[in-house]
Amino acid sequence: MYFGGSFSWGDFLFLLSGAVTTLSITLLAVVIGTVLGVLFGLVRASAPGWIGNSLGAVLDVFRSVPLLIQLVLFNSFNSMLKLNWPTFTVGCICLGIYASAFCTEIVRSGVDAVPQTTRRAARSLGLSWRQELTSITLPIATRVVFPSWIGLTLGVMKDTALVLWIGIVELLRSSQIVTSRVQEPLLILGITGLIYFVMSFPIARLGNQLEKKWGTQ
Amino acid sequence: MDYQFQWRPVLRSLPEMLWGALQTIEIAGLAMLLGTILAIFLALAKRSGKTYLSLPADMWIETARNTPALFQIYMLFFGLGSLGLQVGSYAALLLGITFNNAGYLAETFRGGFAAVPETQTRAARSLGMGAVQTQWHIVIPQMLRAVFHAMTNQMVWSVLMSSLGVIVGLTTDLTGVTQELNVVTYRTFEYFFVAACLYYLISKAFTLSARVVAWRLFRY
Repeated sequence: MYFGGSFSWGDFLFLLSGAVTTLSITLLAVVIGTVLGVLFGLVRASAPGWIGNSLGAVLDVFRSVPLLIQLVLFNSFNSMLKLNWPTFTVGCICLGIYASAFCTEIVRSGVDAVPQTTRRAARSLGLSWRQELTSITLPIATRVVFPSWIGLTLGVMKDTALVLWIGIVELLRSSQIVTSRVQEPLLILGITGLIYFVMSFPIARLGNQLEKKWGTQ
Repeated sequence: MDYQFQWRPVLRSLPEMLWGALQTIEIAGLAMLLGTILAIFLALAKRSGKTYLSLPADMWIETARNTPALFQIYMLFFGLGSLGLQVGSYAALLLGITFNNAGYLAETFRGGFAAVPETQTRAARSLGMGAVQTQWHIVIPQMLRAVFHAMTNQMVWSVLMSSLGVIVGLTTDLTGVTQELNVVTYRTFEYFFVAACLYYLISKAFTLSARVVAWRLFRY
């Protein structure tokens, strides 16, 4: 009996379903990361020094410890506290917190990039703190940091590859599953790489172009 | 929570983990050093304006930046293996991170080179320096000064990426040692918590020493 086989259309669809998992983890993690990141970033930029700095120090831990270790720790937390969350949720939340640590610094740099004079002028015109934030600071800041945010999103997408370690079948893991049947690692890894490239490169280009276009103004 | 923490086995195996940490530092440092050297050549190739130089450099840079680091390590470990080129997990990890570092740094260096005024090159050349001398003594030092902060970030990335070796079966670096101990004892949380602390210290040590080096090298 012959169990092997050549790379088939079904295998390709299997890889694509892995890519869909990769994209959905990315999406959820980026949403969590952005919401938390904007929140923390505003605290970092406008709360009194010691609060902002201690928040910064805590978030810095997430940027200084490998994501792999964070995933393992978070996964063992999950079983220690008997939360029984599916690994998919664990992966998304862990990546989301990880992304929020980076997003916080992005948001902070964006808010810092808005000139104090602009903000004061807005307040002198009678805008409340909240109005000034939502209609002056955030729109300007968004424009400044949007390219870095795209960079973060792509970074998260590439980091989703690590969730295979806690047992989620995403693109890279599904390529291994296919490899174990077809036995042509170079071909299948090549196709996998191409899928990653196609998902990442156009958006990276867009980010670069926006950076050039908006940076010169 | 009825989980019983057991820290004693972790303390007993702390020396092993510290040796692993040393290995991690070695891999991260080597990958950074090799990556920097390669990145200078990649950036120069991209600036050269000659297609036969800039096209391969472009392909390297875009592949490194648009695929996961783990994929790059897999490519070296499984991909080259299928060509009959058996690469060990240590070599695959080191080369994979080097490849990744070089790609990211090349893009940084390109910006750095652009920040060095063209007049510097012309002045050096008119003083009688050769093209290589000009690059080595005049342009590259100024370029490195311009990008040093970004390089520090990449250094931390290098440390973080070095943890991926365990996925291709490396057992000697910090994550590898931790995983080995974890498999034997099943004290996952305790071991990985200590590993996380060690990684934090390594990252901070690199950042701090980079600052000292920068202060020493780049003060006017």
